[in-house]
Amino acid sequence: MKVKEKLSKELVAQLYRQMFLIRRFEEKSAQMYMLGKIRGFLHLYIGEEAIAVGSIPVLQPEDYVVTHYRDHGHALARGIAPKVVMAELFGKVTGSSKGKGGSMHLFDRRLNFMGGYAIVGGQLPVAVGLALASKLRAEKSVALCFFGDGALNQGEFHESMNLASLWKLPVLFFLENNLYGMGSHIDRTFAGGREVHRAADHYRMAARRVDGMDILAVRDTTQEALEWCRSGKGPYFIEAETYRFRGHSMADPEEYRDKEEEALWRPRDPLSNFRRFLTEEGWAGQGEVEMIEGEVEREIEEAVRFAEESPEPPPETLVEDIYA
Amino acid sequence: MAELTLREALNRALKEALERDPGVFLMGEDIGAYGGAYAVTRGLWKQYGPERVRDTPISEAVIVGAGIGAALAGMRPIVELMTINFSLLAADQIVNTAAKLHYMSGGQLEVPLLIRTVTGGGGQLGATHSQSFEGWYATVPGLRVVAPATPYDALGLFRACLKDRNTVIFAEHALLYGVRGQVPDEYYEVPLGLAEVKRQGSHLTIVAYSRMVHIALAAAEQLARRGVESEVIDLRTLRPLDTEAVVNSVRKTHRAVIVEEGWQSGGIGPLLALLIQEQAFDHLDGPVVRVAGADAPAPYNGRLERSGIPNEDAVVKAVESRFGL
Ligand SMILES: Cc1ncc(C[n+]2csc(CCOP(=O)(O)OP(=O)(O)O)c2C)c(N)n1
Ligand SMILES: [Mg+2]
Repeated sequence: MKVKEKLSKELVAQLYRQMFLIRRFEEKSAQMYMLGKIRGFLHLYIGEEAIAVGSIPVLQPEDYVVTHYRDHGHALARGIAPKVVMAELFGKVTGSSKGKGGSMHLFDRRLNFMGGYAIVGGQLPVAVGLALASKLRAEKSVALCFFGDGALNQGEFHESMNLASLWKLPVLFFLENNLYGMGSHIDRTFAGGREVHRAADHYRMAARRVDGMDILAVRDTTQEALEWCRSGKGPYFIEAETYRFRGHSMADPEEYRDKEEEALWRPRDPLSNFRRFLTEEGWAGQGEVEMIEGEVEREIEEAVRFAEESPEPPPETLVEDIYA
Repeated sequence: MAELTLREALNRALKEALERDPGVFLMGEDIGAYGGAYAVTRGLWKQYGPERVRDTPISEAVIVGAGIGAALAGMRPIVELMTINFSLLAADQIVNTAAKLHYMSGGQLEVPLLIRTVTGGGGQLGATHSQSFEGWYATVPGLRVVAPATPYDALGLFRACLKDRNTVIFAEHALLYGVRGQVPDEYYEVPLGLAEVKRQGSHLTIVAYSRMVHIALAAAEQLARRGVESEVIDLRTLRPLDTEAVVNSVRKTHRAVIVEEGWQSGGIGPLLALLIQEQAFDHLDGPVVRVAGADAPAPYNGRLERSGIPNEDAVVKAVESRFGL
């Protein structure tokens, strides 16, 4: 792992904690889905944790986050409490959207977490608008916008890239390239080749590719990109190479990927690698790591208990919050 | 005769189309190697190959637009939009192009494009994934809109759509794919614009389409237990609309209930109510009753979502309270 930033023990432990939290949260969600506590579509972030945790904690409070429907990791990294996210997945009134949004539609206004968007590509134009407001008001806010490789082929992607660059807006386009959009490999859907970040060239946008399984590399790259955006140079495009270790959603039979490919990615698991980095490079002892893990386990258990015990939204809320 | 699920009936329809007409090809997101998000196209990619069963990128506008172009050039494309919610990204191509070219060209151009898509809520998929836009599309002159409730109708209507020379929105309800029904082995068609009486009755007429037909039938069953006989009419196609079948039934029963899943303020119901009022006013014993989805986005929470979708109890209650039956 290459690092430019000066790391501290506290920081490293904090990053590990967040990654481990997301991993356990997702595993627990899958379990709750099997028990029928969570329904609808459930898309897990397992394997991609280094992206959310490598990038989002670098943001300032005034920055914005928008993302797609695979949004639990981003929401947790931004600081929405696990119990509030879990309650949302359970459809409870204590959830982030009072149980009305669900897994794909997480929001937190106070954290400038402007949401999970379930229509592929739908969040990109919104990010442009957030950045436009920031520029018009001469603020320093950057809009960090996550999207998948599947979104590359939507018109909204190209429209957003063009406008953000044309108007030099502070958008950080963050591609989570996990190689698949549902069952389709990127080679079967994207004509631009595997140097996907080069897609930004056409819009004369700064771009870089990063190993999305390496949290510290993601962190460095994000810091660089944010500086670029904040200094008024316009948008920035990061392509993070990653892999989802689970199906597209819980409903995915996963017949389109072979086990060999998965086996190639397994050793790159961002969580176990970062754990090894911690212990082997002396950032934390085995005991400290286990302590963090124990705390997280308890937090997740508490989140499930909270979600379980929370009340359902009252019937009248069906027609509330339709208009402001 | 064979007992098929609605999914199987459609799979047979697609297979038959590919078999019979070399101009037919399919395209859509994950319809090939993956077998379709709702598994309707399962097996077709293996059997007919990636040229004729084409996986596309997630690009709804060009999926429909390219379908239009290919249709203009004389092919017979069948495209799949994974759900009707995503059709909004292609709405321009559907409404401004497909529905208009024949008219704007003074009848020169034809767009025989079949757009299959999945509609409806009830799966706890939240507000962006649970909508019923077939009613919207049915307001557009130049489009045909079809929404089958049974495997028999799905196959028969599909065949009629393939013979039609216009763009069709073929809306399949997500919760109906597993519904079983008898389907003849021999060829038959269900013509567009022909509603069907799915149950005979003399006290009131319940009009519905797609999943709501099953709700209407269940409500009719409940009502029959206390001697109230409902006639259940399945519209089957929203455009063209079989006004005659509805009006004839209402003239007989003197009472009309329209049931649909979409929002109260839209859909086919308001138009139908107007037509009934225009054409059967003197026969009515009371106002036309409407049971529709709540005027709200679909919530994720299951109990809330169900409370916003018409069920048989809601239909029965409406009949009781509005007609005193
Ligand atoms: C406009 C639109 N079309 C289709 C879908 C169905 N769909 C949901 S996720 C998905 C794949 C997206 O893949 P990608 O952008 O790579 O994100 P990933 O799931 O890999 O994180 C598809 C096709 C959708 N939600 N919205
Ligand atoms: Mg992807």
